[in-house]
Amino acid sequence: MIVRCEQVSKCFGEKLAVDALDLAVEKGQCYGLLGPNGAGKTTALKMIYGVTPPSAGRVLVFDQDITTHTREIRARLGVTLQENALIEALSPVENLRVFGRYHLLSPAEIERRIEQLLDFLELRSHAKLPVKALSGGFQRRLAIALSLMNGPELLILDEPTTGLDPAVRLALWNRVRELRRAGTTVLLTTHYMEEAERLCDGLVVMDQGRVVARGAPRALIHEVLAPETLELELPAGRHAAVLARLDGVRSLRSGAHLLLYAADATALLDTVRTSEPAAQLVAVRPTNLEDVFLALTGTKLEGGA
Amino acid sequence: MTPRLAWRSPVSLRYALAVWWRNFAMYRRSWQLNILPNFFEPLLYLVSMGIGVGAYISEMGGTSYLAFLAPGLVAVAAMNGASFEVTYNAFIRLNFEKTYESMLTTPIQPEDVLAGEVLWAITRATIYGGAFLIVIAAWGLVAPLHALFAFPLVPLAGLLFAAIGIAFALRIPNIELFSFYFTLFLTPLFLFSDVFFPLKERLDPVWFPVAEALPLLHPVRLMRHAFRGELDLVLLWDLAYVLGLSAVLLWVATRVIRARLRG
Repeated sequence: MIVRCEQVSKCFGEKLAVDALDLAVEKGQCYGLLGPNGAGKTTALKMIYGVTPPSAGRVLVFDQDITTHTREIRARLGVTLQENALIEALSPVENLRVFGRYHLLSPAEIERRIEQLLDFLELRSHAKLPVKALSGGFQRRLAIALSLMNGPELLILDEPTTGLDPAVRLALWNRVRELRRAGTTVLLTTHYMEEAERLCDGLVVMDQGRVVARGAPRALIHEVLAPETLELELPAGRHAAVLARLDGVRSLRSGAHLLLYAADATALLDTVRTSEPAAQLVAVRPTNLEDVFLALTGTKLEGGA
Repeated sequence: MTPRLAWRSPVSLRYALAVWWRNFAMYRRSWQLNILPNFFEPLLYLVSMGIGVGAYISEMGGTSYLAFLAPGLVAVAAMNGASFEVTYNAFIRLNFEKTYESMLTTPIQPEDVLAGEVLWAITRATIYGGAFLIVIAAWGLVAPLHALFAFPLVPLAGLLFAAIGIAFALRIPNIELFSFYFTLFLTPLFLFSDVFFPLKERLDPVWFPVAEALPLLHPVRLMRHAFRGELDLVLLWDLAYVLGLSAVLLWVATRVIRARLRG
């Protein structure tokens, strides 16, 4: 087991930021912590890489207790923080060298890793420019390169793609997939549902410090809702009548918007239309984690895709 | 279940040096810009006060005024060299650049960060104080042998002001407060710590304990004795003060940086 959290909690004064978190990440997995801002995702990560001591519970990384083996464990993992912490006056290469020193790598090893990472994250064209001259996408890639300097067995990414444009995001997802193929375990937080669906084999959905659901993305969608979603527009007053005729169909209402979840949304549309010809079809689409999150917490994810 | 004790880790010199190296890599980039103002400041005082004002002073403390000023200004150069590093720069690294946060994703621990920052401040104190000492020796204001005695006092003064500065920087909530530190703390020290005149000759003895509390007084007194090649019992007190206050403040700073970085 790469990461195991046993009933891990964290209080900041009166506020319970993480409430009895149980987590098990196996070797080679990509595991996601999902939730809106303030759900406790970053605090959970900080307890896992040993920068914040848990108020209760136990965190094991590589089967060792993080509170007693902090240095050994951190030597084997990499963390990309939510906010880039780069030395802006220095170039990417110089930043990577400084980070290599933090890991006590030999100068030869540092240069070897830098060569690999400049290619892997496509930084070579800007390798010698000061960081402050680089675009947000470049800076993010450099931040990820820093966390890979020590060739980590576990890569922790705290909202890796927040604020990046879609092309850069896609490119980063591909890098994560490649790392996984090479055997790296990945633990990430995100509030992009699409990111979690595409990358993660397993995830927990967190809300206000608590885990509200867990499982593989598709399984979670099937379990909580249904594979397909029918989005309709219909006067709010008619919603109850429609739902009354549909036994056991999960739904979500928001103004004139009615979302229905089913194994076969097209068939469901026909059923609804027979009694409600005025119902306007918005979309028939696969159910996504955004729907799951909405169903579980009743709140939208800020900044969600 | 309460792992509190385990969260204190002993300082590792190797990781502290990695922190030191980070600052060195930055400094190497811009040292030409940094070194000039820092280097010329004490030199300007020495020329203006030593030669200008000194022309009207036949002697002070048994030497020419120029020779009186020199040791104190070396201590001041060390004080200034250390102070900028552990105040503004450390505050920015802690609060704005998130440098320490990123260090703590590696095996580096808060104790190593503190040790690295202090070592770096001592290094800068030694660069500025040392360079100034060399100029003074070349000028003939100190005998070469006595300059050798004086040299280790430069990093010692650096240590003291690194400890004072970092303990302050870690506790203040707002970067504006450093103007108090520089204007209301370092400047009075500069003006009243035996650098420009023998403080105690101008004081009623009831104030002597207050004078002895001034941190800069002790490196200056040590430096002056080294310049003259004299030993005195009071130097033991000076040494004890510098090492003792540094140790206490670094102990405080260790506790604060642990709390700050391990929220």
